[in-house]
Amino acid sequence: MAKHKVKKTIDEINRKIKEGKVVVVTAEEMVGIVKENGPEKAAKEIDVVTTGTFSPMCSSGAFINFGHSKPPIKASQVTLNDVPAYAGLAAVDIYIGATEPTIDDPLNKVHPGQFKYGGGHVIHDLVSGKKVRLIGKAYTTDCYPKREIKKQIRLADLPYAVLVNPRNAYQNYNCAINLKDKTIYTYMGVLRPMADNANYATAGQLSPLFNDPCCLTIGLGTRIFLGGAQGYIIWAGTQHNLSVARRKNGVPVEPGATLMVMGDLKEMNPRWLVGVSILGYGCSLAVGIGVPIPILNEDMARYTGVSDEDIFTQIIDYGKGYPKGNAESLGEVSYAELKSGTIKLNGQIIQTVPLSSYVRAQEIAGILKEWIQTGHFYLGHPQHLLKDI
Amino acid sequence: MYSKVLLLRFPREIVNEAIVVNLVKRFDLTFNILKATIYPRKEGLMVMELTGNRKNYKSGVRYLKDLGVKVESISQDIKRNEEACFHCGACTAVCPTGALYIERPEMTVAFDKERCSACELCVIACPAKAMEVNFDRGLLE
Repeated sequence: MAKHKVKKTIDEINRKIKEGKVVVVTAEEMVGIVKENGPEKAAKEIDVVTTGTFSPMCSSGAFINFGHSKPPIKASQVTLNDVPAYAGLAAVDIYIGATEPTIDDPLNKVHPGQFKYGGGHVIHDLVSGKKVRLIGKAYTTDCYPKREIKKQIRLADLPYAVLVNPRNAYQNYNCAINLKDKTIYTYMGVLRPMADNANYATAGQLSPLFNDPCCLTIGLGTRIFLGGAQGYIIWAGTQHNLSVARRKNGVPVEPGATLMVMGDLKEMNPRWLVGVSILGYGCSLAVGIGVPIPILNEDMARYTGVSDEDIFTQIIDYGKGYPKGNAESLGEVSYAELKSGTIKLNGQIIQTVPLSSYVRAQEIAGILKEWIQTGHFYLGHPQHLLKDI
Repeated sequence: MYSKVLLLRFPREIVNEAIVVNLVKRFDLTFNILKATIYPRKEGLMVMELTGNRKNYKSGVRYLKDLGVKVESISQDIKRNEEACFHCGACTAVCPTGALYIERPEMTVAFDKERCSACELCVIACPAKAMEVNFDRGLLE
């Protein structure tokens, strides 16, 4: 690795946080700072860059222990507000997944289905402090004689509830269009026929993994903003892939790294964990995540100085190609173009539609910045970097 | 030139009569019907953009009211739950009139009630279920 002129450690930054001397900016603010002063000077001045993203993230859910009853039960089928939770764990342990629909949901029988309530909504209701109806069924054993349990649960009363999301914060994602002559309903939103709109996700320059594109500083134990509370990166997310095409600046031009994250659900806030219904597709959970990127050297300053003009993604046809498994790129666009409102593809001007909330991403980066500045948040020490996974 | 999107409720007694055409013949107004339905109890509901000079517009609306048509502004019945909306932008993929649009560079989702045609496409496309249209709920019962 190249010799660095600026060298800092996480311990040094945490000392500065303690002394109230830490310099924190958001990833948006860092763009101008690096452009003006160059990465070396920026690295000397700035200690932490905060990022943010707020978007539906399907691979999310919560582990819940709902407490032993008297007599006890070994619950093997459990629903929360009629949404099935996975109960193939110990007696009263369950996992409620964000995309699980209600038992009698009509799904896509009348297309496009509305998917009004599912696992993501259960998590949102719990975090909102609402009562949720739990029904559990069981076979009996000598030690667990109870057959059925019905009760109202509340997050505050649960012995244990932890959000564990196996894949969040995808580093880059496709820009979706539809080349068919019919409207389609996808996880990338509604796509009008003949490429009439182009939908895209991610917060671009604010997005966590665009600011540490090679995952050099983050890993197991990195403390983050998660659902309004302090949570952790606990591993790479599913489908994490560092061997993807990149530009010279290190930023992938296709889906790359992902995060597995966790945090105490009881500390979270319904503003940052919102159950969502994606027309014709299913239920999900919009998750707010913010990762602080430590500016350990000038490389990290350069990485975090990335702007929407320097981040690119592929235009993919979700009408004909994607459903056949051919996610062939039809062209490359920058996030600056996507954010401008229109893109041009083969001479056709196409309206762009964002699916991630940029304003909420800004808010998260701002909150995280304030937490660090006021000494409420210290950087975690990653025990195993994502670059090595 | 004056133009407004109106919600008209026709009582059952006049639901079969030719009324809207008289706005053209008698008052020199133009209209654009965005939605028209007759409900089980035979009340009619129409969403219409009415355009003309201000004086004629007023006379035309007076004519409708005198016949017993209830004339409402569409914006009373279409709401965005500001708490629920998290400004993603998914609704802008379906809004046909551009009433829902992205404000740049802020990237907030704006809702211009005046441009809304009450098509209700956003109601089902909004991931957070933040869009509420209320005008025909009672009529289906």
